[in-house]
Amino acid sequence: MEIAFFIITALLTIGAAVAMVLSHNAVHSALWLVLNFFGVAVLYLLLNAPFLAMVQITVYAGAIMVLFLFVIMLLGSEQGQEEVNGLPWQTPVALVMGLLLVVMAGYALFFPGTPVPTTQTPNEIGAPDILARKLFSTYLLPFEITSVLLLVALIGAVVLTMKSREGDRV
Amino acid sequence: MLSNYAFIGIFAIAAITFPLLPLILSRFIRPRRPTPIKLSTYECGLEAMGDIWVQFKVQYYLYALAFVVFDIETIYLYPWAVAYGQLGLFALIEMAIFLLILVAGLVYAWRKGALEWI
Repeated sequence: MEIAFFIITALLTIGAAVAMVLSHNAVHSALWLVLNFFGVAVLYLLLNAPFLAMVQITVYAGAIMVLFLFVIMLLGSEQGQEEVNGLPWQTPVALVMGLLLVVMAGYALFFPGTPVPTTQTPNEIGAPDILARKLFSTYLLPFEITSVLLLVALIGAVVLTMKSREGDRV
Repeated sequence: MLSNYAFIGIFAIAAITFPLLPLILSRFIRPRRPTPIKLSTYECGLEAMGDIWVQFKVQYYLYALAFVVFDIETIYLYPWAVAYGQLGLFALIEMAIFLLILVAGLVYAWRKGALEWI
């Protein structure tokens, strides 16, 4: 039951990701990405991490996507440019890297003698209080640095948008 | 453990079905006699003018970013509040520093007048 649910969710998530890449309209791509984020949130639920699932939805599917959509609308790039390949070396490099990834994944799968990194998911890793205890002891510095990072982003946005306020566009 | 979320799943399915069902039903029941006037795009009874794809004001971006900042703040506040009893004074001071840094950003944006709509 659980494995069937996982397969359906995983297929939906991958399908949304593929649709996002293939979509020509940037706004549609962003909306496919929302579906992808929801799929990942359900996968978090399957891993017994309900708090992370809620974070995934509120931060990624909510706030980050709004930011993405505003940037797309701001740049007016939602129509999709007509096949202007500015990076001609990108396709062969992407092909080689993708192939390499498939080979590595296949090697790890079919040769059990090699050390395959397995992640352990203790049942209560997603619980908020355990997360908090980790956050305020082991990961204290990254936590504080997050606030500085957000501050920099906010100040940067204010400085950049204030410049264009005189020359108002819309 | 999945059954704990069965209610949410059923709710989600019901929420999707509820608006979809009338649309699909009406598609089969309604008569279909289109005329150019019936098919025209309108808003509030008026003919639509221009393109829907307009360029957004740059200020929306600032609001979206402020939203992200306080969203992430909430995400950190929640586990902190849940484990408050076990964490003690040290975590309180840490959270105060975290909030102060973010409030500094808000005060800066406020003083610069970036939150005023023009």
